[in-house]
Amino acid sequence: MKTSYLTYKKPFSISSFFLRWEWILVGLIIIASLVLTFLSPHFLDAVNLFDMTFNFMERGFLTLTMMFLIISGSMDFSIASIAALSSAILGKVYLATGSIWIGLLAGLLTGLVAGVVNGLIVTRFNIPAFVATLGTLALYRGIAWIILENIAITNLPQEFTFFGQGYIPGTIIPIPLVFYLILLIPCALILHRSTFGRYTFAIGGNKEVCRYSGIKINRILLTIFIASGLMAALAGAFMSARFASIRADIATGMELDVVIAVVLGGVSINGGVGTLPGVVLSLFLLGIVRFGMNLINIPAQQQIIVTGLLLIVSVYIPQVINRLTIRKTI
Amino acid sequence: MFRKILLTSIAVIACLSIVVGCAPQAAPAAAPAATTAPAAAPAKKTYTIAIIHQQEGNPYFAVEQPGVEDAAKELGDTVIFKGPASMDVNAQVELVDSLIAQKVDAIGLDALDPDALVPVAQKAMKAGIKVFSWDSSLAPAGRLVHFDAASPEDVGRTEVQMMAKMINYEGQIAILSAGSTNLNSNLWNKWSEEELKDPKYSKMTLVKTVYGDDDYQKGYNLTQALLKEFPNLKGIIGPTTVGIATASKYIKDAGLVGKVFTSGLGLPSEMKEYIKLGICKEMALWSPIDQGYGTVYIAHGLLTGEITPKAGETLNAGRLGKLPVVDTGSGNLVIYQGKPMIFDQSNIDKWAAIF
Repeated sequence: MKTSYLTYKKPFSISSFFLRWEWILVGLIIIASLVLTFLSPHFLDAVNLFDMTFNFMERGFLTLTMMFLIISGSMDFSIASIAALSSAILGKVYLATGSIWIGLLAGLLTGLVAGVVNGLIVTRFNIPAFVATLGTLALYRGIAWIILENIAITNLPQEFTFFGQGYIPGTIIPIPLVFYLILLIPCALILHRSTFGRYTFAIGGNKEVCRYSGIKINRILLTIFIASGLMAALAGAFMSARFASIRADIATGMELDVVIAVVLGGVSINGGVGTLPGVVLSLFLLGIVRFGMNLINIPAQQQIIVTGLLLIVSVYIPQVINRLTIRKTI
Repeated sequence: MFRKILLTSIAVIACLSIVVGCAPQAAPAAAPAATTAPAAAPAKKTYTIAIIHQQEGNPYFAVEQPGVEDAAKELGDTVIFKGPASMDVNAQVELVDSLIAQKVDAIGLDALDPDALVPVAQKAMKAGIKVFSWDSSLAPAGRLVHFDAASPEDVGRTEVQMMAKMINYEGQIAILSAGSTNLNSNLWNKWSEEELKDPKYSKMTLVKTVYGDDDYQKGYNLTQALLKEFPNLKGIIGPTTVGIATASKYIKDAGLVGKVFTSGLGLPSEMKEYIKLGICKEMALWSPIDQGYGTVYIAHGLLTGEITPKAGETLNAGRLGKLPVVDTGSGNLVIYQGKPMIFDQSNIDKWAAIF
């Protein structure tokens, strides 16, 4: 079934088109929006809806590279720790040099190096990615703690915090949202229109077949890990800008939110299957549901239940769809 | 084909019920927190006040709720009392954002991070919302005033005084604190260390401060590790309700009753057993019920203009009496709830039944 993604194109049929996971996500977003509009007078408000995105754009950045990782059958649990570590370096270099942009550069470099380390551990030592990155999750966070101890770096310059808190001048469009939308373009082209993207799916679909076909698996995986590290550093920088402060414990636990968003987006946790639109839709679905539940003051514990149920459903429904479409082709 | 349509509709209905399902549940759950104005006072303006705590399900914040509701009833305000599911800064920021969207009148924030919440608090103030912090302070730039339970100096010094009495001013002690970035407990610990500089404590040494992140399992393991590292340890100060309870539990489980003692800030209902066993002879706390009660009065005072706030003004805080606004230096405005209250064998039964 998995390898068929590469070689076999299903004949078009209306029912299987509308059974696609993306349409179900669109449906869920519409349903959630209708329910929330009904329950809260403040939901259908352009300012509120745009402002809401501030809270999940860093997660959005991270879903993009996490999508490549999971599709290739890999994983990176250390992203939140990389975000913290690179922010710590960003802050320290800023304090030392007085230039936030040199700090930002140092932060991004840190993310790059962290990604290289992750990638090399996984590809050279053949350690499963989730084990390796669980290790670096602790390692990177630990270094961040050593660098910053219990101190917070505050008083970041306004031209920097603008990127986390600001709007496009004269509009209500948040800057982080703009960056996210721009990032979507190369991600879509690479994943769905390039050989690199094809290989990413292929590696997740069947690694052995790829190896015998002469695909340079390690080089592709290493590239994805480096991109993941860089993206984590970028997310960390945006978060520092949004909070106007840097602390060693930022983004703790965010990796799970990111994995949840990617899996809910229809990316198979077994690798080889997934689409960018699905991941984008699930990010907004989760964001809307979360914002809406806060808006109607649902207690936080009940919110977790909803996220959990959404996740289980997202794993279960594609199976149902698969079963249906298989019956059709037989 | 029919089967397919059937299954699709089942799937969609299942998803729908998840989204909708939470709404009716939420109404009764949110109802106790939201107290609407009594019809008896139609002429008075009612305000919507949000009091944000640090964690849902945390017993400390659960006992604040009756106080919050009492004050809401007395003042005729609508109060939203809630917090994030875990002690996650990002989730607390999201909560504040949703309150700005709801256009509440005032927000009282028990800040999980003194700095990271400043931008969103400033955004709220820009939207015309009165923002203050309570319990764990927000940096002064992000709030109008801070409502503190007792002065950090009183808390830190009292903790050491209680411990010294228990161990006869002699021996090694350790601190099992909350999260390492928790502003409150760090400040209390600083004052504890200050108190220890007094010559009368010359035979007492603070060997280590560890951070249990207010997690029961972590605190338990850290206590075990502490006693391994320092076998002669005489006492553990827990400047957090979780810290003192987990340390006491480990001492009881390890059969060290009478050898190692605890003191600090504890919740009476959680600590009753250990106070009766003599593991903790004395502990302190303020009344969380009154703390919750006070937050609503502060919000109301800020909204009516009773406090602008400026140092020297006083707030009429209902049953808490008149509370002065104090400037602790460089424009940091604080209102104190009062001195810490001491709990021991003589009064624990009474208070354990309450919270």
